[in-house]
Amino acid sequence: MSTLELRALYKKFDQTSVIHGVDLQVAHGEFVVFVGPSGCGKSTLLRMIAGLDSPTDGDLLIDGQRVNDVGAAERGCAMVFQSYALYPHMTVYDNMAFGLENAKVPRAEIERKVHEAASLLRLDSLLQRRPTQLSGGQRQRVAIGRAIVRNPKIFLFDEPLSNLDAELRVSMRSELRELHQRLGATMVYVTHDQVEAMTMADKIVVLRAGLVEQVGTPVALYEKPCNTFVAGFIGSPRMNFVPAALVRACPALAAWVPSQAHQVGIRPEHWLACGPGEGLSMTVRHAEYMGAQRLVHAELQDQTRVELLVDGEHALSAGQTIHMRVAEHHLHVFDAQEQRIERAAV
Amino acid sequence: MGWMNFLLRTRGRQRLDWTDVLSYTYLVVGLFTMFAPVVWLVMSSFKTEAAIGQFPPTFMPYTQKTVVVAGHDKPLPLFTVTLDDGRKREMAQVQRMGIMATMVDPAAPEERVQVNIRQREPVNTLKFAWGNYTELFGKFTFGTYLWNSVFITVVATVLTLLFNSMAAFALSKYKFRGQKGVFFLIIATLMIPPTIILVPVFLVINHVGLLNSLWGVILPAVATPTGVFLLRQYMLTIPDELIEAARMDHASEWRIYWRIVLPLSAPALAVLAIFSVMWRWNDFLLPLIVLSKNEFFTLQLALNSFQGELNTQWHYLLAMTVITLLPVTLVFAFLQRYITTGIAGAGVK
Repeated sequence: MSTLELRALYKKFDQTSVIHGVDLQVAHGEFVVFVGPSGCGKSTLLRMIAGLDSPTDGDLLIDGQRVNDVGAAERGCAMVFQSYALYPHMTVYDNMAFGLENAKVPRAEIERKVHEAASLLRLDSLLQRRPTQLSGGQRQRVAIGRAIVRNPKIFLFDEPLSNLDAELRVSMRSELRELHQRLGATMVYVTHDQVEAMTMADKIVVLRAGLVEQVGTPVALYEKPCNTFVAGFIGSPRMNFVPAALVRACPALAAWVPSQAHQVGIRPEHWLACGPGEGLSMTVRHAEYMGAQRLVHAELQDQTRVELLVDGEHALSAGQTIHMRVAEHHLHVFDAQEQRIERAAV
Repeated sequence: MGWMNFLLRTRGRQRLDWTDVLSYTYLVVGLFTMFAPVVWLVMSSFKTEAAIGQFPPTFMPYTQKTVVVAGHDKPLPLFTVTLDDGRKREMAQVQRMGIMATMVDPAAPEERVQVNIRQREPVNTLKFAWGNYTELFGKFTFGTYLWNSVFITVVATVLTLLFNSMAAFALSKYKFRGQKGVFFLIIATLMIPPTIILVPVFLVINHVGLLNSLWGVILPAVATPTGVFLLRQYMLTIPDELIEAARMDHASEWRIYWRIVLPLSAPALAVLAIFSVMWRWNDFLLPLIVLSKNEFFTLQLALNSFQGELNTQWHYLLAMTVITLLPVTLVFAFLQRYITTGIAGAGVK
């Protein structure tokens, strides 16, 4: 069992406060993703879990034990760094064996464990190479291998895929998922890419400016974002925010927009074509053809810009006026404080 | 026209620019002024004692030719004699009285001729006096001096690398109160000329009882501000993530230093090693005040002591000078790439 718990964690660097009280519980075997824009403190949080930074205040518990004062090596975490941090003067084998050597593991067992991890990650033929002789994806796998051999309680990933090209990132994503299933270990993963978060996580933690905005499964975050920040951050292309007054003016949708609503969020993929007067009318600015779909940039009457994902077969030209509506369960309503208004409250 | 191509390749032009002419002139003049004395030294070290004192001096190591003449035990020096009738003959000198010399024709040893010494020129031949070098090793306990020099250079360089890299590691990779202060203090010592602290250094060495010990020369200069600075600047370029990764890999701080930081600093260590070898091998002042007994002399001190009050054996002195130049020359020849990068990297020399 390896659980992780953060209790009212604070972190200050000199006078700058970076983390303002984070509470979080991670169950055994969970794949948790910290996501947020750069500077939101997600890497700092990870480094505190790893033991590389110490929290200014609050408690950090691994398996129910307070580990604030336990050294990085003794916490039983293994970290995969953004830059991989492979030792450039050592071979792949030595890179993976270094941690075990330090822990005074017998030589035969080191060899067994390294080969085991290497075959798991398909690194067998590369063991005698140096990191500089490897491709980005191979280096990535070595970095993961280095974490695996130590059989850690918790795996920590700090934006591990950000240095890979788009194609490799997609395949590494599923490889990491498979690895998680095979090892069944607790993993904490940091990324600024919401697609990575959505595709990999059991549980997503959305952070902004040192505060947790929302914790939930990818589905929960997508379907019920608790505020405009989460709503805008999760999902691609971004959610559109339309002034509530404009939506209320539309008879078909007015009933679903309560009086305290300030903004209405509509995801680009949820627009449906309709007849004049049945929905919102908008002017097409331009359309990007993407094959199966077409990303349309349009402008509402009050000059609010919106994006729509429509079927690729719809030929749309700039300047054309179109009419669009939304199924009511796809409307996200937010108040003036940018907080979600639940439909039950409507 | 291979050399012309070589000269013109600076800018890939067809003709020399005036700046090229200027730089080549500068280089040639520089080469001559810097290299000529060294070449002269090397050539002179192959001259016999007599040839060194000869006037006018010659560049190449010439010695007078000698011949074995029947009836004389020793080989006789050979001269070209201009006879009264204007003919020139090669004759050997039997003896010389004042301005007159008794000459003999090697082919006809019975016939002796009296010749004014102005009428004869020595017959010279190119001969390298290797004896200057070979005899050195038997004389003046040269081996001891060489050993002392090598011992001081090697041990001091190893210690310098070890201590400076440890200081540089702490100053570049640890955050602690006063870190900058310590660093600036170390750098500030660069501003104090070594001659000024010579007396205090001597007093300290005397008090700890290291006078007339090779360690007395090695230890005082083990920590150098230049070395700390050079290594620190290099270690700053080693990513912190590597050290953090090692820390998560259960590595102790010493292991991080020994297994990660030190191997990755190899280029900077090489530069410092070169500097240290040059400093230690050429060092004169510190050994001079610390070592006063003959058996502890380094080569540099021995060279100095050869210059006797009344009589200096120049041929040995020159040969020994050449030997002392060799290690530094070799270091320079093979490692100059590191030296230039080191100077460029650290901004010091």
